[in-house]
Amino acid sequence: MIEQTERSRKVPQEIATTGHEWDGLQELNRPLPRWWLWLFYATIVWAIGYWIVYPAWPLLSSYTNGAFNWHSRAAVTTDLVALQQQRTQMMTRLAAASLQEIESTPALLDFSRALGGRAFADNCAPCHGAGGGGAKGYPNLNDNDWLWGGTLDDISQTITHGVRAGDDNGHQGSMPAFGRDGMLKREDILLVADYVRSLSSLSTTPGADLARGAKIFADNCAPCHGPEGKGNRSVGAPNLTDQIWLYGSDTKTIVNGIWNGHGGVMPAWGAKLDPVTIKALAVYVHTFGGGE
Amino acid sequence: MCPGDISAITTAVQPSGPLADLVEDAKCTGTNQITDGPHDPNDEFYNEPLYTARAKIYPQHVTGTFRRVKWAVLFVTLGIYYFLPFVRWDRGPNAPNQAVLIDFPGRRFYFFFIEIWPQEVYYLTGLLILAAMTLFLMNAVAGRVWCGYLCPQTVWTDLFVTVERWIEGDRREHLLRDQQPWSFERAARAALKHFSWLMIAWWTGGAWVLYFADAPTLVKNLATFHAPFVAYAFIGILTFTTYTLAGWMREQVCVYMCPWPRIQAALTDEDALNVCYRYDRGEPRASLKKAAVLHEHGQPAGDCIDCLQCVHVCPTGVDIRGGPNLGCIQCGLCIDACDAVMTKIGRATRLITYDTDINIRQREQGKPTSFRIVRARTVLYAAIIALVGAVMTYALTTRRAEAVNVIHDRNPQFVRLSDGAIRNGYSVHILNKTLETQKFVLKVTGLSDVDVEVIGGERSPTGEPVIEVGPDQTRQVRVLVTTHQRLEPEASLPLTFIVTGDRAGTSASVADHFLGP
Repeated sequence: MIEQTERSRKVPQEIATTGHEWDGLQELNRPLPRWWLWLFYATIVWAIGYWIVYPAWPLLSSYTNGAFNWHSRAAVTTDLVALQQQRTQMMTRLAAASLQEIESTPALLDFSRALGGRAFADNCAPCHGAGGGGAKGYPNLNDNDWLWGGTLDDISQTITHGVRAGDDNGHQGSMPAFGRDGMLKREDILLVADYVRSLSSLSTTPGADLARGAKIFADNCAPCHGPEGKGNRSVGAPNLTDQIWLYGSDTKTIVNGIWNGHGGVMPAWGAKLDPVTIKALAVYVHTFGGGE
Repeated sequence: MCPGDISAITTAVQPSGPLADLVEDAKCTGTNQITDGPHDPNDEFYNEPLYTARAKIYPQHVTGTFRRVKWAVLFVTLGIYYFLPFVRWDRGPNAPNQAVLIDFPGRRFYFFFIEIWPQEVYYLTGLLILAAMTLFLMNAVAGRVWCGYLCPQTVWTDLFVTVERWIEGDRREHLLRDQQPWSFERAARAALKHFSWLMIAWWTGGAWVLYFADAPTLVKNLATFHAPFVAYAFIGILTFTTYTLAGWMREQVCVYMCPWPRIQAALTDEDALNVCYRYDRGEPRASLKKAAVLHEHGQPAGDCIDCLQCVHVCPTGVDIRGGPNLGCIQCGLCIDACDAVMTKIGRATRLITYDTDINIRQREQGKPTSFRIVRARTVLYAAIIALVGAVMTYALTTRRAEAVNVIHDRNPQFVRLSDGAIRNGYSVHILNKTLETQKFVLKVTGLSDVDVEVIGGERSPTGEPVIEVGPDQTRQVRVLVTTHQRLEPEASLPLTFIVTGDRAGTSASVADHFLGP
């Protein structure tokens, strides 16, 4: 508080010291300037003003509202409205443009990738992963293998109406449970699993009768997966000849899939997100790199 | 002799005569008398008020070497501050033509031929290191050079005091007038003074905002009330602070508010030059008449005639003869004042001068004096300044107008395509600091059988990806690198991204990795 120090060579006798001395340095007892005291009083006045203007005092079940009813939540709402206004021009352009136009216009592409990135992180990342890398049963959106099509319009359609989510325009159809429902016998399922692995040049059980597996495949699986196992996007049947496996490529997983079937669900986001956001999302997902 | 710790400093000096008694008295005003026993109700220590009004200081006008130095510094620094925003610098059609401009909306800092981007904020770090080390070096060589001559608080206070002197007269006249009852003349002079102060303060704030926008345009907009609110707000804030700090607070800023005196007290050493009163020459003090009488009786008399000129000219109201003092900003005006008196009475000048306490003691004992400017700390500070300065100069002269940064996708780290190929995704950030649009050709080296695709990019006639970046802009694009090369398990291969602009010899590269399953 009192820092005036002077060498003890000649301390003015009229000023008392605080009695503190360090290596010959004495601390003079100088009073604080009076304006310092006024500043202190000013802070008290300021505090009282603050109580009046802003929410301050807790009451039993509520609190004092302040003169202007200021509320931090209302401030956030105001900020959000301002943000929407700031975005209006780009959002209008985005709403008017087709998906293909958006992707071929750098300004719109950058904007929708930024907008879509936020929407993806908020809504899609919990299942598909932060970068759309997918997980077992949740498709990787970066690769070039698409169950329901990978064009901009396909992606937009899938996001809007979902998969097996109860939306009339959504994707329907699922992998039947061939074993559980008694359509195929256990040995047949093992054989057809071996045959499916052979389609993408994976190893098979030594001595397995692949010709019989092929016959079972043709009779039971080809209607959806196609005679060559290349899949069918209208029913969401995956291509079995490529290197990408939604659930896994080991025999046990394939057998399990044939026995119990598959039918993963993706929500219909059209009910929750606005059309511009869905456009941005479609562009964002398309530009992960796998888009067609 | 009172008991208690007596410092090395006071014991090393062996003053004689009246000064010796004084020193003994001073030593005994310390701990020993006060802490013991019940307090004496009449003890002035306990009757000292907690708060007092500031004692107004009326610094007297002075002429001399140090005053001339201070005038020169004042004119140069204020001249730069007030007029620099109006200096023009042609950078071409796509950039502002103001020599020094801090463009917040555009995120650029222009300084003559240098343009700094936010990404290059490390230059600011370098400048701050240089500034700190220069401050430390000044302090190690000659004490509070910054406080006495260069600090804005000192310069503006000096200007305000000068204006005050013009309007209300020099020390004596001003003191007299302040003691008289209010009259029309006194009120008029006070009003004129505060008006002038406010005008200077207002101009100070006005110059400040000109560094943040095109100066001529802003001046016009300010005058026609079309400038943004923030400009008026900052002018208002700076007018207020300048008027308050230089007009009213003055030395109190240095004594109560500024951290630098405390820091420099910890940085200084006994070899640093300081404004000193040479007590070896000055003591015992005696007026001219008294000195003559003393000499007649064969008694010693010092050169100091106790005329108090050094105190009267001091802008912080310090008596330099009391020794090193926290309130002393070491502006050297007391040297000028004392020199003038010494010249008048025909004694040697520099009774108050830049010196060290060691030297004064040496002289007292008849030993030779020395000033060691080359010391570990001065050498170290100078070396750091040279090193940082060299690094910054090198960085500035070799900096390129094009740059590229790459961030590898974190999730997924790699993607397997349906035909078994492996693909990695990257965010590539290209900086085009030139003032023309450039098309950058992107090449990726380090992998064989590689395909590079830029989302939203074009292809050159030879099939290489091309990215167009506007003038003075950055662009971030998504780049997909795909290879059919057979990779070792958990492979991590070094990659280099090379971008080549339109201009000859403009390429930038950055290293990253390609990850496999």
